Amino acid sequence: MTVPLLELIDIRKTYPGVMALDGVSLSAGRGEVIGLVGENGAGKSTLMKVLGGVVAPDSGTIRTDGADRAALTVRDALAAGIAFVHQELNLFDNLDVAANVFIGREVLAGGFMKLVDNDALHRRVRPLLTRLGCDFDADTMVDTLSLAQQQLVEIAKALSLNARLVIMDEPTSSLTIAETERLLRVIAGLKSDGVSVIFISHRLSEVERCADRVVVLRDGRVAGALERAEISHAAMIRLMIGRELKGNYIAPARPPGGEALEITDARTAAYPRQTVTLRVRQGEILGLAGLVGSGRTELARAVFGIDPLLAGNVRVAGQPVAGDSPRAAIDCGLYLVPEDRKRSGLLLDVPIAENISLPNLRACARRLIVDVAAERSNAERHKRSLGIRAPAVTTAAGVLSGGNQQKVVLAKWLAMSPRAIVLDEPTRGVDVGSKNDIYVLLRSLADAGVAILMISSDMEEVIGVCDRIAVMHEGRISGHLERPEFSEHNVLRLAVGASMEPAVTARAP
Amino acid sequence: MIFKKDIGLLVLILVVGAVVAIINPRFLLAANISNTANQIGLFGIIAIAQAFVILVGGIELSVGAVVALLGVLFIDLIVNVEIHWAVATLIVIGAGMLMGLVHGTLVAKVGLQPFVVTLCALLIYRGMARYYTEDATVGFGFGASFPTLEWLTAGRSELFAPIARLFGYTEPTIAVPHTLIALVVITLIAGVVLHRSVLGRYLFAIGKNEEAARYSGIATGRITIAAYVICCALTAFNAILLAMYTRSISPAVHGNFYELYAIAAAVLGGFSLRGGEGSVIGVVLGTILLQILQNLVNLLGIPSSLNFAVMGSVILIGVLADRQFARYRQRSRTQVRHAEGAPQGAGESA
Repeated sequence: MTVPLLELIDIRKTYPGVMALDGVSLSAGRGEVIGLVGENGAGKSTLMKVLGGVVAPDSGTIRTDGADRAALTVRDALAAGIAFVHQELNLFDNLDVAANVFIGREVLAGGFMKLVDNDALHRRVRPLLTRLGCDFDADTMVDTLSLAQQQLVEIAKALSLNARLVIMDEPTSSLTIAETERLLRVIAGLKSDGVSVIFISHRLSEVERCADRVVVLRDGRVAGALERAEISHAAMIRLMIGRELKGNYIAPARPPGGEALEITDARTAAYPRQTVTLRVRQGEILGLAGLVGSGRTELARAVFGIDPLLAGNVRVAGQPVAGDSPRAAIDCGLYLVPEDRKRSGLLLDVPIAENISLPNLRACARRLIVDVAAERSNAERHKRSLGIRAPAVTTAAGVLSGGNQQKVVLAKWLAMSPRAIVLDEPTRGVDVGSKNDIYVLLRSLADAGVAILMISSDMEEVIGVCDRIAVMHEGRISGHLERPEFSEHNVLRLAVGASMEPAVTARAP
Repeated sequence: MIFKKDIGLLVLILVVGAVVAIINPRFLLAANISNTANQIGLFGIIAIAQAFVILVGGIELSVGAVVALLGVLFIDLIVNVEIHWAVATLIVIGAGMLMGLVHGTLVAKVGLQPFVVTLCALLIYRGMARYYTEDATVGFGFGASFPTLEWLTAGRSELFAPIARLFGYTEPTIAVPHTLIALVVITLIAGVVLHRSVLGRYLFAIGKNEEAARYSGIATGRITIAAYVICCALTAFNAILLAMYTRSISPAVHGNFYELYAIAAAVLGGFSLRGGEGSVIGVVLGTILLQILQNLVNLLGIPSSLNFAVMGSVILIGVLADRQFARYRQRSRTQVRHAEGAPQGAGESA
């Protein structure tokens, strides 16, 4: 084999409390397509940030064209011919295709006014589009293009930068089958032109089809690599799992009661052709697992009335939730702890006490005037019972650590009388100690008769905390698991859309 | 209810007032104070009205046009249609609320930008006012007289006279304009509503983070509409006071720039145009400062053509100074947090 285009040797990167990359080595040769797979949080995105020069590793060597470096800058990465096609496209949809391809490097017609030579731009972009087999022209406005076409614009941009390595992060997650086929053809074309591709995807069958080599990450380490002949669904899954899961399961105090939260034939805008039916019983913690983008957050938002529910209905304790507003859900005792607590959960520069009282301010008010003393004492009570670590309840919520912020969000709802709570990634960005506090709290809520639906991408959490797991795949429920069937293997199989093997023996977590 | 920012503004007002008084003692004449107080009353009410909308991150540009249109309507109702003035007052305030309802609905339910909605409203109302009167000046005809209404709206009372008499002072005392009394009452009510009531909390919450407010079950649409309704109702009330003060209205110019006075007072008073920040006391102090500046231009013999330039400069300097202070406060706060927070944070991650 010739000198590889790019080599990463023993890259390490720690974030406070997390070892994101723990000695990862990776190399890419000319014209090689590498599939990079791993669970959520395995370290893929950190690795990509290191390659793009956005994040500097703590230690390790990056070798490009035989030159060793400790870290790349964004400029270095560009000079080395590394280009990205991000999951979220970074295009200006008010400009045309050519302007986007050459953004920041416009061809000028000269003169002190720096006029842009649009004709020259179009002339230079057209061959790139032809090479990619695009069905649109260089002067098309980007906002009229489909997502798949926009992706091709990103790839054209990469080619215009003379990219030798194109990194694609979940490029097919929102493409139709036909569009995916075209992208795979484009990748094959790039490969035959000698351009290397790193293809990050949760869709294992696509990885199987296009990759020359698959690298599997797990917990910030390379769990293994598969050569072309060895690549198979089963082999990839085998490498993705195998993490030691700590058993922090707390058994429920009593068997679950009647159905407290019933979601029937729900359709959301994210996957309008799929319906979801879920039942959560009183006193039960149901985990909703799945890969990022499987439609779980959209389901939670629609159930809570933030987004309209296209079809189907939601019942809490047998009663239908009337009207599609969060207020209607709240009045039925159905609460949501949102995914992005800084954006949707809290008023960051408002005191803790005022955050807690917000959904139920009338209870802290006499004749519509807020009773500040009652509000404070109410907040004090929750601060003590949830162990919120803050100097005072008058402290701004934004000052607190992630875990304590999440406790404040929970306190907002616990101050009322919940029947069912939906939690979306409740422990993301939360330190270990607060995580445990939250698990204990969830169990005690369940034991008090509340139905809990917990969306989580953290395998350890799903398997360790829940009484039952439902797995979502591309907008539908791909399967349910009872505790004896809990295993990382089973959750992952359902999450990537494979059917459950009937005779899987449960490996106790 | 009183914030540090407000105290800074108060100090500034006192300093500017003292300087003007030293240079030209006529500033302190009873008549001058009474006139300035009347202006403060009139402009303070529209500034408070504006504050409700700015608080939810909106803006109301049609204030001046509303003042013109509803002023014309009010005079026409009582002079020509000969409706009792109390009924006319209710009609005018009702019309104001309806306008607010339309603005608020277009902003909160249809999703148009507040600037666009209220800019269009400005043009429409101004045009309607001019068409309604055929562009003629409207006023009270000879002999038309509404003594009670005039006393209530444009009257002045020597409120402090009884106290002065106690001390044996027999000269006339400062005549307190009733517009100022109206402002005091509205300030108290608005203060309680914004800083103590459930509605006020919701308004602040929406201004700070509308999404989090929605996730907390607040009917953000309805509350936003309420802000516009309150704003336009107060503006309508003010339209009556202004009509009675000027006694004649030329619909092409009456109320011109009033929305900008109101916005300027709110900004001076510490409101952020992004929403979620500000206090009622601040708005009132902002109005007072603006009116003292107007007065200063007159009393110091500055050409009155420079009026706007002086006002603009002072607002700009005020906002710049405030930004500097905010940075300074932020810096000292983070220093404190680093000093106190470090051991606590370490304990948590362990």
